[in-house]
Amino acid sequence: MSVSHTIEDSLTAIEVRGLRKSYGNVDAVRGIDLSVYRGEIFALLGPNGAGKTTTVEILEGHRDRTAGKVWVLGHDPERNDRDLKQRIGIVLQTTGVEPYLTVQETIDLFRGYYPNPLPLEEILDVIDLPEQRRTPVRKLSGGQQRRLDVAIGLAGDPELLFLDEPTTGLDPAARRGAWQMIGNLRALGKTIVLTTHYMDEAEHLADRVAIIVQGEIVAEGTPGDLMHRSGSTIIRFRTRPSAGVPPQELGAESAGNQSRYTITTRTPIGSLHRLTGWALMEGIELDELAVSTPTLEDVFIELVGATGWRDEQE
Amino acid sequence: MNSFMLALRQVRYENKAFWRNPLAAIFVFVFPLMFLLIFNLLFGNRELVLPGGTTNTSTFYVPAIVAMSVIYTCFNNVSIGVCFARDQGLLKRIHGTPLPGWAFLFGRIVHSVLLAVLLVAIVTAAGSLFYGVDVPTNTAPAFLLTLVVGAATFCALGLAITAFIPNAETSPAVVNVLILPLVFISDIFIPLEDTPAWLTTFADIFPVKHFSSAMHTAFNPFETDTGFEWVDLLVLGGWLVGGLVLAVRFFSYEPRR
Repeated sequence: MSVSHTIEDSLTAIEVRGLRKSYGNVDAVRGIDLSVYRGEIFALLGPNGAGKTTTVEILEGHRDRTAGKVWVLGHDPERNDRDLKQRIGIVLQTTGVEPYLTVQETIDLFRGYYPNPLPLEEILDVIDLPEQRRTPVRKLSGGQQRRLDVAIGLAGDPELLFLDEPTTGLDPAARRGAWQMIGNLRALGKTIVLTTHYMDEAEHLADRVAIIVQGEIVAEGTPGDLMHRSGSTIIRFRTRPSAGVPPQELGAESAGNQSRYTITTRTPIGSLHRLTGWALMEGIELDELAVSTPTLEDVFIELVGATGWRDEQE
Repeated sequence: MNSFMLALRQVRYENKAFWRNPLAAIFVFVFPLMFLLIFNLLFGNRELVLPGGTTNTSTFYVPAIVAMSVIYTCFNNVSIGVCFARDQGLLKRIHGTPLPGWAFLFGRIVHSVLLAVLLVAIVTAAGSLFYGVDVPTNTAPAFLLTLVVGAATFCALGLAITAFIPNAETSPAVVNVLILPLVFISDIFIPLEDTPAWLTTFADIFPVKHFSSAMHTAFNPFETDTGFEWVDLLVLGGWLVGGLVLAVRFFSYEPRR
Protein backbone atom coordinates (compact mmCIF):
# COMPACT_ATOMS: atom_id res chain seq x y z
CA MET A 1 0.00 0.00 0.00
CA SER A 2 1.41 3.38 -0.96
CA VAL A 3 2.31 6.10 1.54
CA SER A 4 -0.21 8.47 -0.02
CA HIS A 5 -2.99 6.03 0.70
CA THR A 6 -2.00 5.81 4.35
CA ILE A 7 -2.18 9.59 4.63
CA GLU A 8 -5.57 9.55 2.96
CA ASP A 9 -6.66 6.93 5.49
CA SER A 10 -6.21 9.25 8.39
CA LEU A 11 -8.56 11.81 6.84
CA THR A 12 -11.23 9.58 5.43
CA ALA A 13 -13.24 6.98 7.24
CA ILE A 14 -14.56 5.44 4.03
CA GLU A 15 -13.21 5.27 0.48
CA VAL A 16 -15.21 3.67 -2.31
CA ARG A 17 -14.02 3.36 -5.91
CA GLY A 18 -16.07 1.95 -8.78
CA LEU A 19 -18.34 -0.10 -6.53
CA ARG A 20 -20.71 -2.43 -8.38
CA LYS A 21 -23.19 -5.00 -7.16
CA SER A 22 -25.37 -7.24 -9.30
CA TYR A 23 -28.05 -9.68 -8.25
CA GLY A 24 -28.35 -12.01 -11.22
CA ASN A 25 -29.14 -9.74 -14.16
CA VAL A 26 -30.14 -6.80 -11.99
CA ASP A 27 -27.48 -4.15 -11.36
CA ALA A 28 -28.33 -2.72 -7.95
CA VAL A 29 -25.19 -0.57 -7.74
CA ARG A 30 -23.55 0.59 -10.96
CA GLY A 31 -20.16 2.11 -10.23
CA ILE A 32 -20.12 4.34 -7.17
CA ASP A 33 -17.25 6.53 -5.92
CA LEU A 34 -17.50 7.93 -2.41
CA SER A 35 -15.36 9.48 0.30
CA VAL A 36 -16.60 9.96 3.83
CA TYR A 37 -14.39 12.16 6.01
CA ARG A 38 -13.75 11.54 9.66
CA GLY A 39 -16.11 13.31 12.05
CA GLU A 40 -18.76 14.17 9.49
CA ILE A 41 -22.36 13.09 9.12
CA PHE A 42 -22.78 11.78 5.62
CA ALA A 43 -26.24 11.04 4.22
CA LEU A 44 -26.97 8.67 1.39
CA LEU A 45 -30.24 9.78 -0.10
CA GLY A 46 -32.43 8.09 -2.66
CA PRO A 47 -35.81 6.65 -3.47
CA ASN A 48 -36.68 3.11 -2.42
CA GLY A 49 -34.81 0.58 -4.50
CA ALA A 50 -32.10 3.06 -5.54
CA GLY A 51 -29.29 1.00 -4.01
CA LYS A 52 -28.77 2.85 -0.71
CA THR A 53 -29.15 -0.16 1.54
CA THR A 54 -27.12 -2.40 -0.77
CA THR A 55 -24.28 0.12 -0.72
CA VAL A 56 -24.36 0.52 3.05
CA GLU A 57 -24.57 -3.23 3.61
CA ILE A 58 -21.44 -3.69 1.50
CA LEU A 59 -19.68 -1.10 3.66
CA GLU A 60 -20.87 -2.88 6.81
CA GLY A 61 -19.58 -6.26 5.62
CA HIS A 62 -23.04 -7.82 5.31
CA ARG A 63 -22.76 -8.22 1.53
CA ASP A 64 -20.01 -9.03 -0.90
CA ARG A 65 -19.50 -6.72 -3.85
CA THR A 66 -19.38 -7.66 -7.52
CA ALA A 67 -16.59 -5.22 -8.38
CA GLY A 68 -14.74 -2.16 -7.13
CA LYS A 69 -12.58 -1.21 -4.18
CA VAL A 70 -13.79 -0.41 -0.67
CA TRP A 71 -11.90 0.72 2.42
CA VAL A 72 -13.62 1.23 5.74
CA LEU A 73 -11.24 2.57 8.40
CA GLY A 74 -8.46 1.15 6.23
CA HIS A 75 -9.99 -2.36 6.09
CA ASP A 76 -11.74 -4.23 3.33
CA PRO A 77 -15.13 -4.97 4.94
CA GLU A 78 -15.57 -8.12 2.85
CA ARG A 79 -12.88 -9.84 4.91
CA ASN A 80 -14.98 -9.54 8.09
CA ASP A 81 -11.96 -8.63 10.24
CA ARG A 82 -12.76 -8.64 13.90
CA ASP A 83 -10.59 -5.56 14.32
CA LEU A 84 -12.86 -3.61 11.97
CA LYS A 85 -16.01 -4.82 13.71
CA GLN A 86 -14.67 -3.57 17.01
CA ARG A 87 -14.43 -0.06 15.56
CA ILE A 88 -17.78 0.26 13.78
CA GLY A 89 -21.37 0.32 14.97
CA ILE A 90 -24.29 -0.78 12.83
CA VAL A 91 -27.93 0.19 13.26
CA LEU A 92 -29.99 -1.93 10.89
CA GLN A 93 -33.49 -1.32 9.58
CA THR A 94 -34.78 -4.61 10.91
CA THR A 95 -34.45 -5.00 14.63
CA GLY A 96 -33.81 -8.20 16.50
CA VAL A 97 -33.09 -8.54 20.21
CA GLU A 98 -34.18 -10.88 22.97
CA PRO A 99 -37.64 -9.55 23.89
CA TYR A 100 -37.46 -10.75 27.48
CA LEU A 101 -34.21 -9.06 28.51
CA THR A 102 -34.32 -5.52 29.90
CA VAL A 103 -32.89 -2.45 28.16
CA GLN A 104 -29.91 -2.42 30.48
CA GLU A 105 -29.21 -6.16 30.12
CA THR A 106 -29.41 -5.89 26.34
CA ILE A 107 -27.00 -2.98 26.16
CA ASP A 108 -24.65 -4.73 28.59
CA LEU A 109 -24.75 -7.92 26.54
CA PHE A 110 -23.54 -6.03 23.47
CA ARG A 111 -21.05 -3.90 25.42
CA GLY A 112 -19.37 -7.12 26.44
CA TYR A 113 -18.50 -7.91 22.80
CA TYR A 114 -16.13 -4.93 22.53
CA PRO A 115 -12.72 -4.23 24.05
CA ASN A 116 -13.49 -0.62 25.03
CA PRO A 117 -17.24 -0.20 25.39
CA LEU A 118 -18.94 3.12 26.05
CA PRO A 119 -20.10 3.39 29.70
CA LEU A 120 -23.71 2.30 30.15
CA GLU A 121 -24.77 5.62 31.71
CA GLU A 122 -23.37 7.56 28.78
CA ILE A 123 -25.28 5.39 26.29
CA LEU A 124 -28.54 5.75 28.24
CA ASP A 125 -28.03 9.53 28.26
CA VAL A 126 -27.39 9.77 24.52
CA ILE A 127 -30.44 7.71 23.61
CA ASP A 128 -32.45 9.40 26.36
CA LEU A 129 -33.93 6.26 27.88
CA PRO A 130 -32.66 6.44 31.49
CA GLU A 131 -36.07 5.65 32.98
CA GLN A 132 -36.62 2.56 30.85
CA ARG A 133 -33.41 0.83 31.87
CA ARG A 134 -35.24 -1.95 33.70
CA THR A 135 -38.04 -2.26 31.16
CA PRO A 136 -38.19 -5.50 29.15
CA VAL A 137 -37.48 -4.84 25.48
CA ARG A 138 -40.87 -6.16 24.37
CA LYS A 139 -42.63 -3.41 26.36
CA LEU A 140 -40.87 -0.52 24.61
CA SER A 141 -42.72 1.66 22.08
CA GLY A 142 -41.60 1.69 18.44
CA GLY A 143 -39.60 4.88 18.92
CA GLN A 144 -37.97 3.55 22.08
CA GLN A 145 -37.01 0.29 20.34
CA ARG A 146 -35.36 2.33 17.60
CA ARG A 147 -33.38 4.15 20.28
CA LEU A 148 -32.33 0.85 21.76
CA ASP A 149 -31.09 -0.14 18.29
CA VAL A 150 -28.92 2.96 18.28
CA ALA A 151 -27.76 2.14 21.82
CA ILE A 152 -26.62 -1.29 20.60
CA GLY A 153 -24.82 0.33 17.67
CA LEU A 154 -23.04 2.62 20.14
CA ALA A 155 -22.17 -0.09 22.65
CA GLY A 156 -18.59 -0.53 21.47
CA ASP A 157 -17.86 3.22 21.33
CA PRO A 158 -17.42 3.02 17.53
CA GLU A 159 -15.41 5.49 15.48
CA LEU A 160 -17.87 5.00 12.64
CA LEU A 161 -21.61 4.49 12.99
CA PHE A 162 -23.99 3.31 10.25
CA LEU A 163 -27.62 4.33 10.62
CA ASP A 164 -29.91 2.72 8.06
CA GLU A 165 -33.13 4.76 7.85
CA PRO A 166 -33.06 5.66 11.53
CA THR A 167 -36.46 7.39 11.57
CA THR A 168 -38.54 5.36 9.12
CA GLY A 169 -41.83 4.47 10.77
CA LEU A 170 -41.50 6.95 13.64
CA ASP A 171 -44.15 9.52 14.47
CA PRO A 172 -43.14 13.20 14.07
CA ALA A 173 -42.33 13.71 17.75
CA ALA A 174 -40.19 10.55 17.86
CA ARG A 175 -38.41 11.70 14.68
CA ARG A 176 -37.49 15.01 16.33
CA GLY A 177 -36.23 13.02 19.30
CA ALA A 178 -34.11 10.87 16.99
CA TRP A 179 -32.64 13.95 15.34
CA GLN A 180 -31.76 15.35 18.74
CA MET A 181 -30.04 12.06 19.54
CA ILE A 182 -28.05 12.06 16.30
CA GLY A 183 -27.03 15.63 17.16
CA ASN A 184 -25.74 14.26 20.48
CA LEU A 185 -23.68 11.71 18.56
CA ARG A 186 -22.11 14.46 16.49
CA ALA A 187 -20.99 16.05 19.74
CA LEU A 188 -19.18 12.79 20.60
CA GLY A 189 -17.13 13.22 17.42
CA LYS A 190 -18.43 10.11 15.67
CA THR A 191 -18.35 9.68 11.92
CA ILE A 192 -21.89 8.82 10.87
CA VAL A 193 -23.18 7.38 7.62
CA LEU A 194 -26.94 7.50 7.41
CA THR A 195 -29.39 6.51 4.73
CA THR A 196 -32.77 8.13 4.46
CA HIS A 197 -35.48 8.95 2.01
CA TYR A 198 -36.59 11.97 4.01
CA MET A 199 -35.15 15.13 2.48
CA ASP A 200 -35.72 17.24 5.57
CA GLU A 201 -33.80 14.70 7.61
CA ALA A 202 -30.73 14.94 5.38
CA GLU A 203 -31.04 18.72 5.25
CA HIS A 204 -31.26 18.92 9.02
CA LEU A 205 -28.57 16.43 9.99
CA ALA A 206 -26.02 15.90 7.25
CA ASP A 207 -22.76 17.72 6.63
CA ARG A 208 -22.64 16.18 3.18
CA VAL A 209 -25.17 14.37 1.04
CA ALA A 210 -24.94 12.01 -1.91
CA ILE A 211 -28.07 11.39 -3.94
CA ILE A 212 -28.25 7.92 -5.41
CA VAL A 213 -30.69 7.02 -8.18
CA GLN A 214 -30.84 3.66 -9.94
CA GLY A 215 -27.52 2.58 -8.50
CA GLU A 216 -25.59 5.70 -9.46
CA ILE A 217 -24.66 8.86 -7.59
CA VAL A 218 -26.28 11.77 -9.40
CA ALA A 219 -25.26 14.59 -7.03
CA GLU A 220 -22.96 15.05 -4.08
CA GLY A 221 -22.14 17.97 -1.79
CA THR A 222 -23.31 19.86 1.28
CA PRO A 223 -27.09 20.33 1.47
CA GLY A 224 -26.44 24.06 0.81
CA ASP A 225 -24.34 23.30 -2.30
CA LEU A 226 -27.03 21.10 -3.71
CA MET A 227 -29.78 23.59 -3.02
CA HIS A 228 -27.87 26.46 -4.64
CA ARG A 229 -26.50 24.38 -7.47
CA SER A 230 -29.61 24.73 -9.58
CA GLY A 231 -29.44 28.52 -9.17
CA SER A 232 -33.19 28.73 -9.43
CA THR A 233 -35.72 30.45 -7.25
CA ILE A 234 -39.21 29.17 -6.68
CA ILE A 235 -42.24 31.46 -6.63
CA ARG A 236 -45.42 29.91 -5.26
CA PHE A 237 -48.89 31.47 -5.24
CA ARG A 238 -52.58 30.73 -5.27
CA THR A 239 -55.26 32.51 -7.33
CA ARG A 240 -58.90 32.86 -6.38
CA PRO A 241 -61.48 30.79 -8.27
CA SER A 242 -62.80 33.96 -10.02
CA ALA A 243 -59.40 34.66 -11.66
CA GLY A 244 -58.44 33.21 -15.02
CA VAL A 245 -55.46 31.03 -15.84
CA PRO A 246 -52.08 32.91 -15.69
CA PRO A 247 -50.78 33.65 -19.20
CA GLN A 248 -48.23 31.27 -20.75
CA GLU A 249 -45.29 33.73 -20.68
CA LEU A 250 -45.27 33.74 -16.86
CA GLY A 251 -44.14 30.11 -16.95
CA ALA A 252 -46.44 29.19 -14.09
CA GLU A 253 -47.02 25.48 -13.65
CA SER A 254 -50.11 24.21 -11.95
CA ALA A 255 -49.13 22.59 -8.67
CA GLY A 256 -52.02 20.24 -8.08
CA ASN A 257 -55.56 21.55 -7.75
CA GLN A 258 -57.09 24.53 -5.94
CA SER A 259 -55.49 27.11 -8.28
CA ARG A 260 -52.00 26.63 -6.87
CA TYR A 261 -49.06 27.51 -9.13
CA THR A 262 -45.28 27.35 -9.07
CA ILE A 263 -42.82 29.36 -11.13
CA THR A 264 -39.24 28.09 -11.23
CA THR A 265 -36.98 30.86 -12.47
CA ARG A 266 -33.35 31.99 -12.73
CA THR A 267 -34.43 35.65 -12.89
CA PRO A 268 -36.70 36.09 -9.88
CA ILE A 269 -36.98 39.92 -10.11
CA GLY A 270 -38.28 39.85 -13.67
CA SER A 271 -40.62 36.93 -13.05
CA LEU A 272 -42.06 38.55 -9.95
CA HIS A 273 -42.52 41.83 -11.80
CA ARG A 274 -44.43 40.15 -14.63
CA LEU A 275 -46.52 38.12 -12.17
CA THR A 276 -47.56 41.08 -10.01
CA GLY A 277 -48.13 43.18 -13.19
CA TRP A 278 -50.56 40.55 -14.46
CA ALA A 279 -52.32 40.37 -11.10
CA LEU A 280 -52.69 44.19 -10.90
CA MET A 281 -54.04 44.35 -14.45
CA GLU A 282 -56.56 41.57 -13.73
CA GLY A 283 -57.40 43.14 -10.39
CA ILE A 284 -56.86 39.90 -8.49
CA GLU A 285 -55.05 39.06 -5.28
CA LEU A 286 -52.29 36.42 -5.12
CA ASP A 287 -52.83 34.46 -1.95
CA GLU A 288 -49.97 32.75 -0.14
CA LEU A 289 -47.39 34.40 -2.38
CA ALA A 290 -43.96 33.06 -1.45
CA VAL A 291 -40.49 33.39 -2.89
CA SER A 292 -37.97 30.78 -1.80
CA THR A 293 -34.79 29.00 -2.72
CA PRO A 294 -35.39 25.34 -3.53
CA THR A 295 -35.38 22.89 -0.64
CA LEU A 296 -33.39 19.70 -0.86
CA GLU A 297 -36.66 18.04 -1.72
CA ASP A 298 -37.09 20.26 -4.80
CA VAL A 299 -33.55 19.42 -5.90
CA PHE A 300 -34.21 15.77 -5.26
CA ILE A 301 -37.41 15.74 -7.32
CA GLU A 302 -35.61 17.60 -10.11
CA LEU A 303 -32.76 15.06 -10.12
CA VAL A 304 -34.79 11.95 -9.65
CA GLY A 305 -37.53 13.08 -12.01
CA ALA A 306 -40.67 11.17 -12.67
CA THR A 307 -38.79 8.37 -14.43
CA GLY A 308 -36.26 7.99 -11.63
CA TRP A 309 -38.83 6.32 -9.40
CA ARG A 310 -38.24 2.77 -10.25
CA ASP A 311 -40.88 0.42 -8.96
CA GLU A 312 -40.03 -0.74 -5.50
CA GLN A 313 -38.38 -4.02 -6.24
CA GLU A 314 -35.80 -4.26 -3.46
CA MET B 1 -12.53 -10.98 26.76
CA ASN B 2 -11.40 -13.84 24.55
CA SER B 3 -13.78 -15.68 22.24
CA PHE B 4 -14.26 -18.64 24.51
CA MET B 5 -15.23 -16.49 27.48
CA LEU B 6 -17.66 -14.63 25.20
CA ALA B 7 -19.16 -17.96 24.14
CA LEU B 8 -19.68 -18.98 27.78
CA ARG B 9 -21.21 -15.59 28.47
CA GLN B 10 -23.70 -16.25 25.64
CA VAL B 11 -24.83 -19.42 27.43
CA ARG B 12 -25.60 -17.36 30.51
CA TYR B 13 -27.63 -14.83 28.54
CA GLU B 14 -29.55 -17.50 26.65
CA ASN B 15 -30.38 -19.12 29.96
CA LYS B 16 -31.48 -15.81 31.46
CA ALA B 17 -33.69 -14.99 28.47
CA PHE B 18 -35.20 -18.50 28.58
CA TRP B 19 -36.35 -18.23 32.18
CA ARG B 20 -37.75 -14.73 31.64
CA ASN B 21 -40.68 -16.32 29.86
CA PRO B 22 -41.73 -18.71 32.65
CA LEU B 23 -44.85 -20.00 30.93
CA ALA B 24 -42.87 -21.16 27.88
CA ALA B 25 -40.21 -22.61 30.18
CA ILE B 26 -42.74 -24.55 32.25
CA PHE B 27 -44.28 -26.11 29.15
CA VAL B 28 -40.90 -27.42 28.11
CA PHE B 29 -40.79 -29.35 31.38
CA VAL B 30 -44.44 -30.33 31.50
CA PHE B 31 -44.33 -31.90 28.04
CA PRO B 32 -42.24 -35.04 28.80
CA LEU B 33 -43.86 -35.51 32.21
CA MET B 34 -47.23 -35.40 30.48
CA PHE B 35 -46.03 -38.17 28.15
CA LEU B 36 -45.02 -40.31 31.11
CA LEU B 37 -48.38 -39.74 32.80
CA ILE B 38 -50.43 -40.40 29.65
CA PHE B 39 -48.60 -43.63 28.80
CA ASN B 40 -49.20 -44.93 32.26
CA LEU B 41 -52.87 -43.95 32.14
CA LEU B 42 -53.42 -45.39 28.66
CA PHE B 43 -51.43 -48.59 28.82
CA GLY B 44 -50.94 -49.01 32.56
CA ASN B 45 -47.71 -49.86 34.30
CA ARG B 46 -47.83 -53.53 33.39
CA GLU B 47 -45.34 -56.33 33.80
CA LEU B 48 -42.71 -56.40 31.11
CA VAL B 49 -40.76 -59.57 30.52
CA LEU B 50 -37.27 -58.94 29.16
CA PRO B 51 -34.40 -61.35 28.60
CA GLY B 52 -32.98 -61.66 32.08
CA GLY B 53 -36.00 -60.85 34.21
CA THR B 54 -39.27 -59.06 34.71
CA THR B 55 -39.76 -55.32 35.16
CA ASN B 56 -42.57 -52.84 34.39
CA THR B 57 -43.49 -50.98 31.21
CA SER B 58 -42.44 -47.61 32.67
CA THR B 59 -38.90 -48.91 32.40
CA PHE B 60 -39.60 -48.97 28.68
CA TYR B 61 -41.41 -45.60 28.60
CA VAL B 62 -38.70 -43.59 30.40
CA PRO B 63 -35.83 -44.13 27.93
CA ALA B 64 -38.29 -43.52 25.08
CA ILE B 65 -39.40 -40.22 26.59
CA VAL B 66 -35.78 -39.35 27.39
CA ALA B 67 -34.84 -39.88 23.74
CA MET B 68 -37.84 -37.89 22.58
CA SER B 69 -37.03 -35.00 24.97
CA VAL B 70 -33.46 -34.77 23.77
CA ILE B 71 -34.54 -34.83 20.12
CA TYR B 72 -37.16 -32.11 20.68
CA THR B 73 -34.98 -29.83 22.78
CA CYS B 74 -31.97 -30.15 20.54
CA PHE B 75 -33.21 -30.69 17.00
CA ASN B 76 -36.58 -28.89 17.02
CA ASN B 77 -35.76 -26.07 19.42
CA VAL B 78 -32.36 -25.24 17.98
CA SER B 79 -33.52 -25.13 14.38
CA ILE B 80 -36.78 -23.29 14.99
CA GLY B 81 -35.05 -20.89 17.41
CA VAL B 82 -32.27 -20.11 14.94
CA CYS B 83 -34.80 -19.61 12.12
CA PHE B 84 -36.73 -17.10 14.24
CA ALA B 85 -33.55 -15.31 15.31
CA ARG B 86 -32.58 -15.12 11.66
CA ASP B 87 -35.98 -13.71 10.61
CA GLN B 88 -35.94 -11.13 13.39
CA GLY B 89 -32.54 -9.86 12.25
CA LEU B 90 -30.81 -11.02 15.41
CA LEU B 91 -28.27 -13.11 13.50
CA LYS B 92 -27.52 -10.25 11.13
CA ARG B 93 -27.08 -7.92 14.06
CA ILE B 94 -24.65 -10.35 15.69
CA HIS B 95 -22.77 -10.64 12.39
CA GLY B 96 -22.11 -6.89 12.55
CA THR B 97 -20.46 -7.14 15.99
CA PRO B 98 -17.07 -8.62 16.94
CA LEU B 99 -18.82 -11.63 18.53
CA PRO B 100 -17.80 -14.63 16.41
CA GLY B 101 -20.80 -16.37 14.84
CA TRP B 102 -19.78 -19.69 16.40
CA ALA B 103 -19.84 -18.15 19.88
CA PHE B 104 -23.45 -17.08 19.42
CA LEU B 105 -24.43 -20.55 18.19
CA PHE B 106 -22.39 -22.13 20.99
CA GLY B 107 -24.57 -20.22 23.44
CA ARG B 108 -27.75 -21.47 21.84
CA ILE B 109 -26.58 -25.07 21.56
CA VAL B 110 -25.04 -25.43 24.99
CA HIS B 111 -28.14 -23.93 26.52
CA SER B 112 -30.29 -26.49 24.68
CA VAL B 113 -28.04 -29.35 25.76
CA LEU B 114 -28.19 -28.22 29.40
CA LEU B 115 -31.96 -28.02 29.10
CA ALA B 116 -32.05 -31.53 27.65
CA VAL B 117 -29.92 -32.84 30.52
CA LEU B 118 -32.27 -31.22 33.02
CA LEU B 119 -35.29 -32.76 31.29
CA VAL B 120 -33.69 -36.18 31.26
CA ALA B 121 -32.93 -35.89 34.98
CA ILE B 122 -36.50 -34.84 35.77
CA VAL B 123 -38.12 -37.59 33.68
CA THR B 124 -35.80 -40.24 35.13
CA ALA B 125 -36.44 -39.03 38.68
CA ALA B 126 -40.20 -38.96 38.12
CA GLY B 127 -40.12 -42.48 36.64
CA SER B 128 -38.08 -43.75 39.54
CA LEU B 129 -40.19 -42.03 42.23
CA PHE B 130 -43.71 -42.61 40.92
CA TYR B 131 -43.57 -45.59 38.60
CA GLY B 132 -40.92 -47.82 40.11
CA VAL B 133 -38.44 -47.54 37.26
CA ASP B 134 -35.11 -49.21 38.07
CA VAL B 135 -32.28 -46.95 37.03
CA PRO B 136 -29.21 -49.12 36.53
CA THR B 137 -25.88 -47.76 37.70
CA ASN B 138 -23.54 -50.08 35.79
CA THR B 139 -24.58 -48.42 32.53
CA ALA B 140 -24.27 -44.82 33.83
CA PRO B 141 -21.13 -44.01 31.78
CA ALA B 142 -22.80 -45.42 28.63
CA PHE B 143 -25.93 -43.41 29.40
CA LEU B 144 -23.93 -40.17 29.78
CA LEU B 145 -21.94 -40.74 26.61
CA THR B 146 -25.09 -41.56 24.64
CA LEU B 147 -26.78 -38.45 26.02
CA VAL B 148 -23.89 -36.13 25.11
CA VAL B 149 -23.27 -37.60 21.65
CA GLY B 150 -27.00 -37.70 20.90
CA ALA B 151 -27.65 -34.14 22.09
CA ALA B 152 -24.68 -32.84 20.08
CA THR B 153 -25.80 -34.74 16.98
CA PHE B 154 -29.37 -33.43 17.08
CA CYS B 155 -28.17 -29.88 17.73
CA ALA B 156 -25.78 -30.05 14.77
CA LEU B 157 -28.52 -31.45 12.52
CA GLY B 158 -30.99 -28.83 13.78
CA LEU B 159 -28.48 -26.15 12.86
CA ALA B 160 -27.70 -27.73 9.50
CA ILE B 161 -31.31 -27.81 8.31
CA THR B 162 -31.79 -24.08 9.01
CA ALA B 163 -29.85 -23.55 5.79
CA PHE B 164 -32.63 -25.30 3.88
CA ILE B 165 -35.56 -23.60 5.63
CA PRO B 166 -36.47 -20.36 3.84
CA ASN B 167 -38.08 -18.53 6.78
CA ALA B 168 -39.28 -18.92 10.35
CA GLU B 169 -42.94 -19.48 9.49
CA THR B 170 -42.10 -22.67 7.63
CA SER B 171 -39.60 -23.94 10.21
CA PRO B 172 -41.98 -25.85 12.56
CA ALA B 173 -43.58 -27.61 9.58
CA VAL B 174 -40.27 -28.59 7.99
CA VAL B 175 -38.79 -29.73 11.28
CA ASN B 176 -41.81 -31.89 12.15
CA VAL B 177 -42.09 -33.38 8.68
CA LEU B 178 -38.49 -34.52 9.06
CA ILE B 179 -38.58 -35.76 12.61
CA LEU B 180 -42.05 -37.19 13.29
CA PRO B 181 -42.00 -39.98 10.68
CA LEU B 182 -38.55 -40.97 11.93
CA VAL B 183 -39.82 -41.09 15.51
CA PHE B 184 -42.67 -43.40 14.45
CA ILE B 185 -40.55 -45.82 12.46
CA SER B 186 -37.63 -45.87 14.90
CA ASP B 187 -39.02 -48.17 17.57
CA ILE B 188 -39.25 -45.38 20.15
CA PHE B 189 -42.86 -45.59 21.31
CA ILE B 190 -44.37 -48.08 18.93
CA PRO B 191 -42.77 -51.55 19.07
CA LEU B 192 -41.98 -52.61 15.52
CA GLU B 193 -43.71 -55.90 14.75
CA ASP B 194 -44.43 -57.14 11.23
CA THR B 195 -42.79 -54.02 9.83
CA PRO B 196 -41.71 -54.30 6.17
CA ALA B 197 -37.99 -55.00 6.02
CA TRP B 198 -37.32 -52.01 3.76
CA LEU B 199 -38.85 -49.66 6.35
CA THR B 200 -36.65 -51.07 9.11
CA THR B 201 -33.60 -50.71 6.87
CA PHE B 202 -34.65 -47.17 6.03
CA ALA B 203 -34.95 -46.28 9.72
CA ASP B 204 -31.52 -47.82 10.33
CA ILE B 205 -29.95 -45.10 8.19
CA PHE B 206 -31.12 -42.25 10.41
CA PRO B 207 -29.86 -41.25 13.87
CA VAL B 208 -33.21 -41.37 15.72
CA LYS B 209 -33.36 -45.15 15.95
CA HIS B 210 -29.73 -45.50 16.99
CA PHE B 211 -30.11 -42.90 19.70
CA SER B 212 -33.27 -44.45 21.07
CA SER B 213 -31.83 -47.94 20.90
CA ALA B 214 -28.67 -46.93 22.79
CA MET B 215 -30.84 -45.20 25.40
CA HIS B 216 -32.99 -48.33 25.86
CA THR B 217 -29.86 -50.36 26.47
CA ALA B 218 -28.59 -47.84 29.01
CA PHE B 219 -31.90 -48.07 30.89
CA ASN B 220 -32.18 -51.85 30.72
CA PRO B 221 -32.03 -53.11 34.32
CA PHE B 222 -30.87 -56.57 33.12
CA GLU B 223 -27.91 -55.27 31.16
CA THR B 224 -25.02 -57.03 32.80
CA ASP B 225 -22.27 -55.30 30.81
CA THR B 226 -21.40 -51.58 30.64
CA GLY B 227 -24.08 -51.04 28.00
CA PHE B 228 -22.05 -49.12 25.41
CA GLU B 229 -23.74 -49.55 22.00
CA TRP B 230 -20.72 -48.74 19.88
CA VAL B 231 -22.38 -49.23 16.50
CA ASP B 232 -25.21 -46.85 17.44
CA LEU B 233 -22.74 -44.32 18.81
CA LEU B 234 -20.67 -44.57 15.65
CA VAL B 235 -23.67 -43.89 13.43
CA LEU B 236 -24.63 -40.94 15.63
CA GLY B 237 -21.05 -39.66 15.39
CA GLY B 238 -21.25 -39.87 11.60
CA TRP B 239 -24.42 -37.75 11.57
CA LEU B 240 -22.79 -35.34 14.02
CA VAL B 241 -19.84 -34.73 11.70
CA GLY B 242 -22.08 -34.54 8.63
CA GLY B 243 -24.41 -32.07 10.37
CA LEU B 244 -21.50 -29.87 11.42
CA VAL B 245 -20.03 -29.85 7.90
CA LEU B 246 -23.38 -28.86 6.38
CA ALA B 247 -24.02 -26.25 9.08
CA VAL B 248 -20.63 -24.60 8.61
CA ARG B 249 -20.80 -24.74 4.82
CA PHE B 250 -24.35 -23.46 4.27
CA PHE B 251 -25.16 -21.42 7.37
CA SER B 252 -26.88 -18.14 6.55
CA TYR B 253 -27.25 -15.01 8.69
CA GLU B 254 -30.27 -13.82 6.73
CA PRO B 255 -33.54 -15.47 5.72
CA ARG B 256 -34.26 -16.33 2.10
CA ARG B 257 -37.67 -14.83 1.43
